[in-house]
Amino acid sequence: MTKTEVTPGMFSLSEVRPSWKTPSVLALFSGIVLVLFGFLGKPGDVTYNLSNKGDIFSVPDVVVASTFANVVLGTLMLLGAVYSAWLTIREKHTPMWVSLVAGLLGATGLLGWLAAGNVVPVSFILGSAVVLAVPIILGALGGLMSERVGVVNIAIEGQLLTGAFMAAVVGTITQNLWFGLIAAMISSAILSMALASLAVKYLVDQIIIGVLINVLVIGITNFLYSQWLASSGEEANFPGTFDIIAIPYLSGLPIIGPALFEARITVYLTFILVPLVWFILFRTKLGLRARAVGEHPTAADTVGINVGRTRFWWVTLGGAIAGLGGAALTIGNVGAFGREMAGGLGFIALAVVILGRWQPFYVSAAALLFGFAIILRVWANGVSPGIPTDFITMVPYLVTLIAVAGFAGKVKAPAASGQPYIKG
Amino acid sequence: MNVESKIMREILSATYTRIAISVLLGFAIGSVFMAVFNENVVATYETLFSNPGLTLQTAGQTIVDGYGALFKGSIINLSADNPVSMFRPITETLRLAAPLIMAGLGVALGFRVGLFNVGGTGQLVMGLLGATWVSTRMELPYGLHMVLALVVAIAFSMGTGALVGFLKARTGAHEVIVTIMMNYIALDLFTWFLRTPGLLLEEGGGGNPKSDPPALTAQLPRLLGDEFKLNIGILQALVAALVYWWLMERSTIGYRFRMVGHNSNAARAAGISVERTYVWAMAASAAFIGIAAANQGLGETGGLTSSIQANIGFDAITVALLGGSRAGGVVIAGLVFGAFKAGSPSMQIIGVSPEVLGIIQALIVLFIAAPPLIRAVFHLPKPEAK
Repeated sequence: MTKTEVTPGMFSLSEVRPSWKTPSVLALFSGIVLVLFGFLGKPGDVTYNLSNKGDIFSVPDVVVASTFANVVLGTLMLLGAVYSAWLTIREKHTPMWVSLVAGLLGATGLLGWLAAGNVVPVSFILGSAVVLAVPIILGALGGLMSERVGVVNIAIEGQLLTGAFMAAVVGTITQNLWFGLIAAMISSAILSMALASLAVKYLVDQIIIGVLINVLVIGITNFLYSQWLASSGEEANFPGTFDIIAIPYLSGLPIIGPALFEARITVYLTFILVPLVWFILFRTKLGLRARAVGEHPTAADTVGINVGRTRFWWVTLGGAIAGLGGAALTIGNVGAFGREMAGGLGFIALAVVILGRWQPFYVSAAALLFGFAIILRVWANGVSPGIPTDFITMVPYLVTLIAVAGFAGKVKAPAASGQPYIKG
Repeated sequence: MNVESKIMREILSATYTRIAISVLLGFAIGSVFMAVFNENVVATYETLFSNPGLTLQTAGQTIVDGYGALFKGSIINLSADNPVSMFRPITETLRLAAPLIMAGLGVALGFRVGLFNVGGTGQLVMGLLGATWVSTRMELPYGLHMVLALVVAIAFSMGTGALVGFLKARTGAHEVIVTIMMNYIALDLFTWFLRTPGLLLEEGGGGNPKSDPPALTAQLPRLLGDEFKLNIGILQALVAALVYWWLMERSTIGYRFRMVGHNSNAARAAGISVERTYVWAMAASAAFIGIAAANQGLGETGGLTSSIQANIGFDAITVALLGGSRAGGVVIAGLVFGAFKAGSPSMQIIGVSPEVLGIIQALIVLFIAAPPLIRAVFHLPKPEAK
């Protein structure tokens, strides 16, 4: 018999004492921006390029000394840290937006430091970060949906790979990218059904089964790639990508216009899915039931919710969304399938679920952090050679590590996550 | 009873029938993949309906050739004209199996304590960092140099593992997430060391992150002369397996480990500090991975790149699962997967993608780790409840 322990304070943030972790982390990062990038920064002006030619509202470029910009940004971040500390003293929680704004300021400062004496193409970087974040966001949404009902989904990597592979192959063979997209979602959903039934019905350890599904999918796609796609790329692995759609008026906005509203359909689908999943989870009866199953399956069962069925379908639907994320890798970005092209994004998505506290909007923000880090590494090599980009790539993982260690005391994970439910 | 430990016990007590079925089924499904996508077989699809015999015959031939090449590349090459090339395959299997066994033992130790150490890669990479530093940046007499490099590798890996255990014990952070993050951080750190002049970048090296070759005094001695690449790693692996067996089955600390793995609440009630056990268990788990790291770092004669980690930390999970987390089982599982690695090139030569071995490997372990799957398919009886 399993016994689900209900931790006091699980359902309400206000019962948990705020910790000093948020203000400390904020202070650390503002210190880095203020001192390393600001006072000890690199000489030279930096140009923040805010709008493209032909935008409806043309905004002039901002040109400032790199050190001055970082001193200002660092000071603003420090104010955020002080505000957070003040809230903590008064035993209140720091709202999420403070961390988000501080992160945004820090990112701007980092860009200004890297590009001292150079130009920062803000829209380009933001747009690339979004495109790179989309597979992570969708993978994490899938992971979030299954964790919310109490099934740990380590197999996101496998789901992304399946989606990427099927989208490329079906898209090429049928000459229709929409079929590719649907095939990606269906195949990934079927894979998730395997995960769900083994975990829910047969009570196999969820983490072990997830890892093995990853290994299996990596094996199968690697094999098919080298035995089939590599030699007949034209017939099987040449799908092309969806067209870029510019949304009228919105795409003319400065900064965010070209970044967010001149994109492929996969990006727009993500914009729709994130609030949709949030709405269903937190504003509908369906979502309430799902969360009940994830928090306290015994109680949910008692009031007549079918725990097994709920888990099965949420994991499956989550898989379909993760499959869409895989499709975004191939027909939504690169245009062909490559060996192990998910390259660990599934594991990043797993971390993003936790970093984003199992909440779709925060999860998307956390995924953007990783997307930003990926594009930054590429771009930083160009503008500022010799910068140890390894450390830039490391930052999101470190942040996740700090966050996981920091959140853990607050019991924010769905309480029954990872535990099989045996009716009895 | 704790469900997780019940499941683990079910995996551990896999019956021989089920293991045999799993292995056969893995190879059978692998054969299907091998045949269906083979070029020669694909060429016969045009006449599939008019002449199905041809397709079947070609498919059969492909499968026989494929496994034949695997045997030739991993056990013994019967068509060779001299004894060296005849017996080289089996020595390659032993060489490639060694790190898998050592790292597999590490992951297995975690499983026995109820910890899932997905961080093999990170721990291995940190061990490599230590071993490479000692082997390329220090000058010591023969023998001592190698031993010191091994000790430092183990210490570095242990430190990384202990940190994971500490975070889990102190904050309750799940070890799976922590170890995955540590994998990336360690890989980035290692690349940075390899990239930076004065740290590990080779003397007079170009822009590529690559270290000097390990000093001759630190390289693992070869077992069978210069004709074979086999080094003493396989002996280290066997010693490690003995140590693992003694530690887990005979020592007090192993008893404590197993007790926490079986039922952490009962262990706590019996006065065992579960938190401290987690830290020690993660450190011990990583120590075995550290031996594998030294094996990778000191077994080469050329400079090292970050690809030297060869995904061993991750393969170790499948090795540990296949070996049922027992010393003997892990040795056998390591040998099997080592043979897969050794046989890959000769499969590639005859046009069968060796990646099919990855599928077989995953399937076998999946069937073994998911007892109900096989039981449902073959209507095997459920083991009697104790």
